[in-house]
Amino acid sequence: MMDIAARSGSFTLNWARYLGQLFILWAQTMTCAVTPPFKGTRSLVQAARIGPGSFVIAALVAFFVGMIIALQMAYQMVQLSAEIYIPNIIAVSLTRELAPVLTALIVAGRIGAGIAAEIGSMVVTEQVDALKAFAVNPVKYLVVPRFVGLLIMLPVLTMFADIIGIWGGYVICVFKLHISHEMFWRMVFHALTTKDIVTGLVKTVFFGMIIAIVGCHQGLMVRGGAEGVGKATTTAVVRSFILIIMTDCVITFVFYFLLKV
Amino acid sequence: MIEIHNLYKAFGPQMVLNNLSLTVRRGETKVIIGRSGVGKSVLLKSIVGLARPDSGSVKVNGVEVTNLNDRDYNKLRMEMGMVFQGGALFDSMNVGENVAFVLNEFMNLDRKTVRDRVRDALALVGLKDVEDMMPSQLSGGMLKRVSLARVMCMEPQIILYDEPTSEVDPITAAAINHLIVELHDKLKVTSVVVTHDMNSAYHVADSIAMLYRGQVIADGKPEDIRNTQHPVVKQFITGQALGPITEDENLIFGHVK
Repeated sequence: MMDIAARSGSFTLNWARYLGQLFILWAQTMTCAVTPPFKGTRSLVQAARIGPGSFVIAALVAFFVGMIIALQMAYQMVQLSAEIYIPNIIAVSLTRELAPVLTALIVAGRIGAGIAAEIGSMVVTEQVDALKAFAVNPVKYLVVPRFVGLLIMLPVLTMFADIIGIWGGYVICVFKLHISHEMFWRMVFHALTTKDIVTGLVKTVFFGMIIAIVGCHQGLMVRGGAEGVGKATTTAVVRSFILIIMTDCVITFVFYFLLKV
Repeated sequence: MIEIHNLYKAFGPQMVLNNLSLTVRRGETKVIIGRSGVGKSVLLKSIVGLARPDSGSVKVNGVEVTNLNDRDYNKLRMEMGMVFQGGALFDSMNVGENVAFVLNEFMNLDRKTVRDRVRDALALVGLKDVEDMMPSQLSGGMLKRVSLARVMCMEPQIILYDEPTSEVDPITAAAINHLIVELHDKLKVTSVVVTHDMNSAYHVADSIAMLYRGQVIADGKPEDIRNTQHPVVKQFITGQALGPITEDENLIFGHVK
C-alpha cells in the first residue's frame, strides 16, 4: 500500500516538475518571440517545412474520418429515418472536435518527433553549445521559429482537414445514402456556425504550442548520444498526444460550460 | 587574460574540478593536458559559460564571470571563440553560412563584404572553394579548420580549443598545430588548448599545465614539462601504461595487481 502511494506521489511530482519545465520554456519562448531582433524568415522556413508535408496525410485522414462518421451515423439514423441529419453531425463534429484533434495528433507524430530528433542531435553534437558560445540564445534561435511555424500552420491544416473531411462525408451521404447534393450542403451550412469553426481553430493554437514546446523541450534535454535522441523522439510524441487530449478536454469543458459556445 | 581561482565543479557525486587555480596571460598559448575525463573540457566550458562552476572564481579580461547574467556574458562571449572537439558546425547550413554565422547574426554587413570575409577566413585556415559544401561532406580535419575559420570571423581576443588534433591524421594534426601557432603570432590572441596529444602540446604551447584529480599539478614551459621528474606528469608525457596515474587500473592484458 505504501509502495503504491509512494509511486503515485513520485509520478505526480515528476509530472508536476515536467509541466513546470514546459511552462518555463513556453514563457522564455513568448519573451524571445516579442524581443527584437525579429527574424521572420526563420519562422516562415519552419512553416514551409511543417505545412506541405503534413497536408496530404492530414487530408487523407480527414477524408476517411468524414466517411467513417457518415457510416457510423447511418447505422443508427437510418433506423430512425433521420439520415437527413447526418451532414449536420459530420460538419459539427469535424470542425469542433475531430479535425483539430486528429490533425494535431498527426502533426505531433510527424513534426513533434522531428523537432525533438533535430534539436536532440544538435545537443549531442555540441551545436547548441556552439550557439551559446556565439552569444546566440538557443530558445530564440531554435524554439521560436518552430513555435511560430506551428502556430501558423496548424490552423491552416485544420481548416483544410475540415473541408476535406466534410467531402469524405459527402461521398457516403450522396452516393450511398442517396441524400441529394443540394440537400447535403444545405444541411451542412444550416448546422455549421462561425463559432463551431472558431472553437476548433482556437484549440489548434493550444495544440500547436504543445507540439512545439514538448518537442523542443525533449530535444534540448537530450543526454547520452543516439540512444538519448531516440528516447527523446518517442517521449515527445507520447507526451504531446497525452497533453493534446487532456487540453482538448479542458478547452471543450470551458467552451461548453463556462463560455456557453 | 584568464584568471581561475579555487574552482570546484561536481557532477553528482563525482568531483571533476577540485580547487583548481590557473592563470593564462594575455597573448599566451596555454596548453592543458591530462587524461580523458579529467575535466579539461569542463574547464573550457567554465570559461565560456557553458558550465557554471559550483564555487570559485573565473575572471576573463578582469571580469568575474561566475555570477554574470546571460546578457552580460554574451557581451563577453563576443570576445571569445571556441573551437569544439567535433567542430560543432551547424549541419543545416553549408560551410559558407557556417563561417558567416556570427556576421549574419550580429552585423549588418552587405552580402559582398560577408562573402569576402568568409573567403578570407577560409583562406587563413588553408581552405578554398568549399563555401557550398555541407558539413557532412567534409573530412575531420576540414571540419576543424572550418570551425576555426568560423571563430576567426568573430575576430576574438581569446580562442579556446577543445582537442583540436583529435581524430585527425598526423599530417592534418601538424597543419592544425601550425595554424594555431600562426594565429597566435599574427593576431596575438590568447589561446587555451585542451589536448592529450603531447606532440601538439610541445608544438603550440607557451606554457603547459597538467590536470590531475581536478587540480593543476604542474604548470611550466614546454621544456620544463618535458624534463620534469614529477612521477605523475612523467608517466603521462611518456605514455607509460604503468605508473602512479594508473595504479588502480589493470590496463595491460594479463596484468593483475
